[in-house]
Amino acid sequence: MNENKKRLRRSMMFMNCQRPGLIKDAYIYRPDSIMFDLEDAVSINQKDAARYSLYHTLREVDYQGIERVVRINGLDTEFWKEDVRVCVAGGADAIRIAKTERADDVRQVEAAVEAAEKEFNRPAGSTLLMAAIESARGVMNALEICEASDRLFGIALSGGDYTKDLQTTMSKSGIEMMGARHLLIIAARAAGVQCFDTVYLDLDDMDGFRREVEMDKQLGFDGKSIINPRQIEIVHQVYTPTEREIIFAEKVVHEIEDKRSKGIGVFVVDGRMIDIAFYDGAIKTLAMARAAGVYE
Amino acid sequence: MEIKRSAIAGTLESSDAQVLIEPAAEGVEIDLVSSVMNQYGRQIRQVVLETLERLDIKNVHVSVTDKGALDCTLKARVEAAAFRAVDQMNDIPWGGAVR
Repeated sequence: MNENKKRLRRSMMFMNCQRPGLIKDAYIYRPDSIMFDLEDAVSINQKDAARYSLYHTLREVDYQGIERVVRINGLDTEFWKEDVRVCVAGGADAIRIAKTERADDVRQVEAAVEAAEKEFNRPAGSTLLMAAIESARGVMNALEICEASDRLFGIALSGGDYTKDLQTTMSKSGIEMMGARHLLIIAARAAGVQCFDTVYLDLDDMDGFRREVEMDKQLGFDGKSIINPRQIEIVHQVYTPTEREIIFAEKVVHEIEDKRSKGIGVFVVDGRMIDIAFYDGAIKTLAMARAAGVYE
Repeated sequence: MEIKRSAIAGTLESSDAQVLIEPAAEGVEIDLVSSVMNQYGRQIRQVVLETLERLDIKNVHVSVTDKGALDCTLKARVEAAAFRAVDQMNDIPWGGAVR
């Protein structure tokens, strides 16, 4: 398995490949992932030009360990196959499939990626996939999408197109997306992949943004798609475990490992009943704390 | 690569460059206007020339309006204009002539 499949992805920031001024130094903002956009942000007559910018950016700019994901055009367009070729040739870490509705969509892209890895002498399996869910059908097929490929590290809700398909609009409360949010997280967890929430569009309402990120974390999302560097710090703050959470997680890990050797399955830590089901969560809390630089 | 028609790529935004490629009877001719002409004019011209060489373009007139583009952006704009000029949108030689 590609060891990057489970990496930390709290913040995935969109960057328009049509604008070299934006993508040349996006790494300075330190999101966990940058999503170079060849799809909606790029006008229809600039799809080709955006690819050349993307290729040289991928090859020549040092993103200092930040994951480089590329959102390719939908499978219903004439663009996506060349998008896949340039992503793989450039050495992108992952490809985000737009408007994914069924497992076959993932398999189609997977086949194109496999062919491109051979064509450009890239290591087999080095290009990961993620799927954007943007329709009611995509939501209903989330589990088969999650299980369609070993390369797939996660799924993401794309709120704009999804609410259009629902025949409603994105609201501040996000109530219209709650069903999809729950279903996607459940499907992702069932399949053992990650799950990411949609963007928050109002850049003037940072309090509202923080509330939504707090909700995302509580719902179980691994991270959030973002559209502006100003949103990164809030996401990272919300996803950084508190001192109390870190101390508790340390105790849980220690006690589970200790009790396991003594043949004890259930025990109490700080007044809470703990068993093996808490182990992965505690390990994840410590990993998040480590990534945020607040725990060694 | 033989340039058959005129084509343009890029914008006049900061950190970008606009590149116009036109057919020419013989040789490579480059007209360059840059916001950083004094510091980087020679380097920009060199990047454009090397990109044209990699694409095997021998007869061409290139007009570059540079707004402080990095080398990677300059290359990208020359390549985009060149492949538009020969109407090639797919099967681009990534890692070959484009590198």
